Amino acid sequence: MTWHQRVLRINLTENKIDIEPLNMQWANDYLGGRGLGSKYLMEGMNPAADALSPENMLIFATGPLTGTMCSTSGRYAVVTKGPLTNAIAASNSGGKFGAELKFAGFDLLIVEGRAEKPVYLLIQDDEISICDAAEYWGKTVWHTEESIKEKHADPQIKVASIGVSGEQGVRYACIVNDLHRAAGRSGVGAVMGSKNLKAVAVRGTQGVPVQDAPAFMKVVKHTHKLLEDNAGRKDLTNYGTNAMIDTMNAFGGLPTNNFQEVTFAGTGKVNPAAMTSANENDHTNLITNKACFGCTIGCGRIAHIDQNHFSIKERQQYWHASGGLEYETAFAFGPVLGIDDIDALTFAGYLMNEHGMDPISFGVTLAAAMELYELGIIKPEETDGIKLNFGNAEALTVMAEKTGLQEGFGKMLGMGSKRLCEHYGRPELSMSVKGQEFAGYDSRALQGMGLGYATSNRGACHLRHDTFTEDMDDQSGQGKAEPCKSSQDKIAMIDSTGLCLFTACAWDTDEWQMQISAACGADWTSERLIVTGERIWNIERLFNLKSGLTKADDTLPPRLLETPAPAGVAKGRVAELNIMLPEYYALRGWDNEGVPQQQTLDRLGI
Amino acid sequence: MTVKTLILDADKCTSCLQCEMACSLEHEGLFAPAFSRIKVFEFEHGKRSIPYTCTQCEEAWCMQVCPTKAISVNAELGTKVVDEDLCVGCKVCTMACPFGTINYNTRSGKVTKCNLCDGDPKCADACPTDAITYGVAT
Repeated sequence: MTWHQRVLRINLTENKIDIEPLNMQWANDYLGGRGLGSKYLMEGMNPAADALSPENMLIFATGPLTGTMCSTSGRYAVVTKGPLTNAIAASNSGGKFGAELKFAGFDLLIVEGRAEKPVYLLIQDDEISICDAAEYWGKTVWHTEESIKEKHADPQIKVASIGVSGEQGVRYACIVNDLHRAAGRSGVGAVMGSKNLKAVAVRGTQGVPVQDAPAFMKVVKHTHKLLEDNAGRKDLTNYGTNAMIDTMNAFGGLPTNNFQEVTFAGTGKVNPAAMTSANENDHTNLITNKACFGCTIGCGRIAHIDQNHFSIKERQQYWHASGGLEYETAFAFGPVLGIDDIDALTFAGYLMNEHGMDPISFGVTLAAAMELYELGIIKPEETDGIKLNFGNAEALTVMAEKTGLQEGFGKMLGMGSKRLCEHYGRPELSMSVKGQEFAGYDSRALQGMGLGYATSNRGACHLRHDTFTEDMDDQSGQGKAEPCKSSQDKIAMIDSTGLCLFTACAWDTDEWQMQISAACGADWTSERLIVTGERIWNIERLFNLKSGLTKADDTLPPRLLETPAPAGVAKGRVAELNIMLPEYYALRGWDNEGVPQQQTLDRLGI
Repeated sequence: MTVKTLILDADKCTSCLQCEMACSLEHEGLFAPAFSRIKVFEFEHGKRSIPYTCTQCEEAWCMQVCPTKAISVNAELGTKVVDEDLCVGCKVCTMACPFGTINYNTRSGKVTKCNLCDGDPKCADACPTDAITYGVAT
């Protein structure tokens, strides 16, 4: 059994630290990570409570395979109510923090209430303290992480923290751990800030026990080998996720200029080939790849910025290496803003990590602001002397920093695109679902993606389902509901194991089954895992319904539903949500209003 | 000499810590990088990741200073091996070692160091990128 069967519960209002047994019935029904965190959230708070109020809970949840030798075992989920969406948020992160929390002897960390003054948590195995964070408040993630390690004289401490954006309630503030890995989406960092919690610092020496090590390692060898030999894995290692940018551009699904276009002329300047080519100053963007804890893929990029670039020429503190472009950062700072300056994109990525913000939501919010600016709705005098035109790299780098520090027009951008566009009276220009911005896929070209966006329980998200194969093969909305539904269930399960979704390039459900069985014992079958995923999906749905969301929130912006794709393989198509959504509800066992029917809940044991 | 050694290639290391988990499983029976005999050090936001462990050096100051003669040479493998029955946990060896690769283990109250897993190093076996291999150094 790889569970410690221990939960650390901190109530910041009462200054209370409790260690309680893990609810094993819930672990059996919901696995760990995203699923188990969702169950604890559903049972522990009123879903209708304000996301930024002390009633919200902030749960750091590891999975049963976190901290084991299974590949990609560094994952943890932050589960809370999202201030961007008013929906359940489950943001997944890698790096080393999640495994360290498990090594400290805890499966879950639950934070409740709100501290009177800024604090950070220090967890060193069973020595747990709530410490004064006055000296870190107002400081960046990078400063906080380094300073806490220095203060406690232990470079092995792992830190998850927020920047000024999280302190000041930027709706898409994230929680960053290990300098450049993040629980990125839905504003989980703003929840942390609302609790006056600057950081969680962990050092664990308890390890993760495994009962039958030879049997466990036999399974691990098998799953490692599958990854080692897999072509998709090799692409992730060699090119990172940004390999997708050329595919999407050729397909006509690469959102450009706030989704007004579906191809980007500057793709060749921000793609993996550009990352590995020397520029006129003989500077090459990419340095190496990097893995999260336990990961045998290593899709992470380590890059550096040309020191001659306008953004950092006079700022030597940014001349070092750090996390480089992944597909979503490349999309959200490149095509969707019409910008093809790879150094500006990389610098904006640094700023997201340093200040703790979700690059997708920031980029797509800036894209909406750029469209409003070009329409003359946002006036030049509002934007701190910066021209917010598509293609302006300086607008990206300056606004990224202003938003991170909550200065000037950055305060407006910190609202997210939905609130920003509503403020300016043009809500239809927000490219979002449930207030959360789209990732880098146009749902007119990828119909199943559109259904996935519309029905994702945390607002628009490309990581809650997987219909790529179906979408690339056929551009109609027909037959997309079933693969969308079944992949949602499967991914809900994967997100609850403590392993990374990217292992799905080489593994099928049986591979997770054998790993979960080796770790947890008991009668885990592949069928039970899939039903567990479905149970998780439905409990998330129930949370959202209780929060006040309805069928009306399962939709897409008019630009995608009514304006035909201007180019690409799906030229002339709109997102066919009207075909897909009713079919999807029926497959889910939900009524016409998207509410799970009693027989569905009975079948799933909810 | 054809004694095999761990060959560490930092350029290939991605800092995944599979080596640390394999080491702790072999020697401690659980996944606990805190007790790994091999450590990966990271520099500059992950620009460089460097795996490092005992080089089984010839002079072996750890062995020379040990007051209880708990450290001896395995002639076949060239390893310097701690006899836990003789070790009293005085930590003098941890001060003598210039490389910091022999360490006090709070679980056992003894010192621990790499023994090349008696000729079948699990870290090399676990490394997915060949940053750690076991062979004859050239």
